[in-house]
Amino acid sequence: MTRSLAWKFSPFGEAALLIEADTTDVLANRYALALATALEALAFPGLLATVPALGSLLLRFDPLRCTHEQLEAQVRDLLADLAPAPEQPTRIVEIPVVYGGEHGPDLESAAELLGLSAREVVALHSGQVYRVMMIGFAPGFPYIGPLPEQLAIPRRTTPRAAVPARSVAIAAGLTGIYPKRLPGGWHIIGCTPLEMFDPQLQPPALLAPGDGVRFVPLAEGVQP
Amino acid sequence: MSGTLRVLSGALTTVQDLGRLGWQAYGVPSAGAMDTFALAAANRLVGNAPDAAGLEITASASFELSAPTLLALCGAGLGATLNDLPLPLWTAVLAPAGAHLVLPGRGRDWGARAYLACAGGIDVPQVLGSRSTYLSGGFGGYAGRALRAGDVLPLAPAPHDPVRLAGRQWSAAMRPAYSAQPTLRLIPGPHVDLFASDALETLCAQSWRINTTSNRMGYRLEGPSIRYAAPVSLASLGVLPGVIQVPPDGAPILLMADAQTTGGYPIIGVVIAADLPLAAQLLPGDALQFALTDTATAREAWRTHCDWLAQPLPNDPDTEQLAWSGALPL
Repeated sequence: MTRSLAWKFSPFGEAALLIEADTTDVLANRYALALATALEALAFPGLLATVPALGSLLLRFDPLRCTHEQLEAQVRDLLADLAPAPEQPTRIVEIPVVYGGEHGPDLESAAELLGLSAREVVALHSGQVYRVMMIGFAPGFPYIGPLPEQLAIPRRTTPRAAVPARSVAIAAGLTGIYPKRLPGGWHIIGCTPLEMFDPQLQPPALLAPGDGVRFVPLAEGVQP
Repeated sequence: MSGTLRVLSGALTTVQDLGRLGWQAYGVPSAGAMDTFALAAANRLVGNAPDAAGLEITASASFELSAPTLLALCGAGLGATLNDLPLPLWTAVLAPAGAHLVLPGRGRDWGARAYLACAGGIDVPQVLGSRSTYLSGGFGGYAGRALRAGDVLPLAPAPHDPVRLAGRQWSAAMRPAYSAQPTLRLIPGPHVDLFASDALETLCAQSWRINTTSNRMGYRLEGPSIRYAAPVSLASLGVLPGVIQVPPDGAPILLMADAQTTGGYPIIGVVIAADLPLAAQLLPGDALQFALTDTATAREAWRTHCDWLAQPLPNDPDTEQLAWSGALPL
């Protein structure tokens, strides 16, 4: 943890401040989460919402109760001796997955693109604990990662108009789970029986930023 | 006096309040009224709390009231009539039982969305702290969807004596500068440096047309192409209504109430909150312009917006007198 990150502060309209790290690696993500948690704990006057993302944090505030300058000063103050969110997540959620077949129609083609067998893709994908780096795109859609280098694959050249709910997919060094039927450009390698989002629950999403995730292959699908 | 509101017709009517803030970190958009000013004004006129739910009526609709109801229609007029008589806008009106409220649609005037508040508010359950409908998520509001003919919406009991409040009006001097082709003020965004040097100038020099694919999530804008300085790949970051993001095709997208919580396109500017009600009153095919401003001006504009919403609303003396004399029929 000796490396220090550079942070850029940008006004985001009159009622929000964007704080971006100069990288989007795991360390930047851990700092963004720790900063969100610290600011919420402070109950900074006028702060309305925090939106942590891969390597950034968006702060929405009441412009009649505080200014960009006041919020930036507070954040710089916090960053001076802030510890990043723990490297080992305090909560690890197991996500059962049926890999391949009709539930993972892109498993074979993704494996081919990666120069691996389908079993190797499954072994790598289910072989370690990842982090929920952010939730976005749709309610409850987790960006989970980072994936091992061997699974780095660009998005599909042609996105699908409809990806089935609960599809587990990979792209751009990350893996995600579609909480409902949505358009999408990631490679679908499997499907989980778990419900990712329920607006009647608080919190509404199964996963929260900073959670650990382990994918567990189910017997019906391709085995590692 | 808590009756029901029966939907007779409607192109796109949704139950909305001021939106749900606080679940963005879980990917939940704020939703809520596109024109929060008009909804807030309508709620105040009928004596509701600021977070009461009303209806956002896009394009056209009609309704029937089961009981005498104090209501106010703000924002676009959409040719509204109550029992075939023109309904005064920005005014608390006491409608008799069985009244028909009809909004046939926009004429030559400005305005796409009318906001209807009924005393008490639309009584639907809160979801994640709000009664707003989030259409693409399918939750909130009435069964998570736009209203259909035959839907019956319960109204909560009126918080104040409706007769006393009838006739109250919202001063025309204390409304946003609504127009058919508004100018939206923007603050340069966090990624201005990623765009070609003339991009902001191009954005503010032209009139933009709202593309037909636009909706409550955002407006795609047709006009000259806004270019990056070099190819860009950004990590997803938090966004909010008012953000103008530019995908690689160069056609800007203005994010609106139902916008996703995160986006990955460079952001050239953010429309100031006080001007979002102007944007909210546009439909596909309408035109808009942008102008540069700064945060100090934006903050003052927002202060004015909030002052207008907090203006004293004296009761109408004529109504008051009628109420005392018992002459006002319910």
